[in-house]
Amino acid sequence: MSVLVYINSNGGKLSKSALEAVTYGKMIGDVTVVTNGSTGDDILSSLGAYGAQKVLVDRSFDGTDAQQLTRLVGSAAEATGATSIVFSNDLVGKAVAPRLSVRLSAGLVSGATGAPDADGKIKVNVFSGKAFGHVKVNTTKRIISLLPNSFQPQEVGGSASIEAFDGNAGAPGLVVKATKKPEGGVPLPEAELVVSAGRGLKGPENWGMVEDLANELGAATACSRPVADIGWRPHHEHVGQTGVAIRPNLYIAAGISGAIQHLAGVNGSKVIVVINTDAEAPFFKAADYGIVGDAFEVLPRLTEAVKKYKAAN
Amino acid sequence: MKILVCISKAPDTTSKITFTDGNTKFSEDGVQYIVNPYDEWYALVRGLELKESLGGSVTIVTVGTSADEPTIRKALAIGADEAVRIDAEAKDAFQVATEIANYAKGQGFDLILTGKETINYNGSQVAGMIAEHLDLPLVSLASKLDVNGAAATCDKEIVGGLEIVEVQLPAVISCAKGMAEQRIPNMRGIMAARTKPLNVVAASASVLNTEFVAYDLPAPKSAVKLIDPENMDALVELLHNEAKVI
Repeated sequence: MSVLVYINSNGGKLSKSALEAVTYGKMIGDVTVVTNGSTGDDILSSLGAYGAQKVLVDRSFDGTDAQQLTRLVGSAAEATGATSIVFSNDLVGKAVAPRLSVRLSAGLVSGATGAPDADGKIKVNVFSGKAFGHVKVNTTKRIISLLPNSFQPQEVGGSASIEAFDGNAGAPGLVVKATKKPEGGVPLPEAELVVSAGRGLKGPENWGMVEDLANELGAATACSRPVADIGWRPHHEHVGQTGVAIRPNLYIAAGISGAIQHLAGVNGSKVIVVINTDAEAPFFKAADYGIVGDAFEVLPRLTEAVKKYKAAN
Repeated sequence: MKILVCISKAPDTTSKITFTDGNTKFSEDGVQYIVNPYDEWYALVRGLELKESLGGSVTIVTVGTSADEPTIRKALAIGADEAVRIDAEAKDAFQVATEIANYAKGQGFDLILTGKETINYNGSQVAGMIAEHLDLPLVSLASKLDVNGAAATCDKEIVGGLEIVEVQLPAVISCAKGMAEQRIPNMRGIMAARTKPLNVVAASASVLNTEFVAYDLPAPKSAVKLIDPENMDALVELLHNEAKVI
């Protein structure tokens, strides 16, 4: 089966979600990758290690404009005869995959957490992570967008051939006036380790100990909704039902009681550690490891323990 | 400024999620439906603010059955001028987007607003599909929206930051947190909502590209392992050797 995988290679390096998408494509069939921009051939051909046979690259435009990318991926789907098209369900995939679904009359399965089963049904996250759905696609072509951090990239060896491709991308739909990137840090949706805190920290001036632990672990920082709403932390750090939904390998929550809306954003985490003074906090029911104690004492102690562990290993 | 806001119903955020009929159907037992929060808090309220500053009208549209009318009335109570219900059971994002695009075509809407996703299906699909159907630009996951003449300026989330983008109207915008503050309907709004027009239009074509054929719930978590707050070395050791996450 011919599979087309779109990856965003802007910025010249391959994100983990790109490698996840190629790995997923390889599970379904023979993978051709399509991308745009100026990323070097050597970097693109390294996608072969994850199972890509060929990379089609349109160097005539940069960026992630949804209309341009829809035309590009649509042209590539036609050129390759692909019947499955794979995206990462990241901010680019969310804008492009639905457009492409209309353009190609292809059923779209978004938020996939599993490979198609024997009947072609695909498991997805629904009800904000509180349940899974199994989706059947009724069209000949299908588009699958993967929930980030659901599949580990797997190296299979090999290298991909690079082909210049004219995707007839046309004009962009949006004009980008400026880009703002917060200084440093790990972007939250891609982070494998996350340290998060809530109202239990009593004030924004106490976030130093959260950041210390995050720095020591190489983790991203996050927060609960009330903390973002009262302005202690920026909105982009808010995880939960109405904020960012994350699926890190490790989620450490200090001073967060664990309301159902917060859990909806983090219950895809592989391991949850909860630190709370209240032994009755609902979050302990969702936790793998619990520490009934004062975050003001436990966080610095944990930071020291991580330091010690790193020095010894 | 002629604004169309697409709304969907969703189970209240505190609802217990269960399934019936051999796990093929969402159980509505004891479930209270609300207007999907992203549609209400961000898309609808920002639409109303734009109407208040620039003039014009706000129409809400939903694809649903008569069972959806209470949530439609709530959106009217918050301040929309009129509502349109496209009479079909919403089953698939493509079906919903196709119905809305068919309705909106040729009506001269300057802005079509949606929430960034529903909290029940989390697909984030409808806005992009409407935009492609109508060949309009889309600002996906906008956290700020201002209109200046024939163009709109938006803050748009990108991986690890945001972009400030300009888009020519008409356009489709999917709205995320930051765009507006939730409004609580007052008694006057609730009274007025009873007499505002709620037009029911027939569905055009209901093609289902995808179907949810089964559901399941995550495996229950095993009991939490409590760690002595004095002994964080023990936690690090467990995270390394048992959980294997560091």
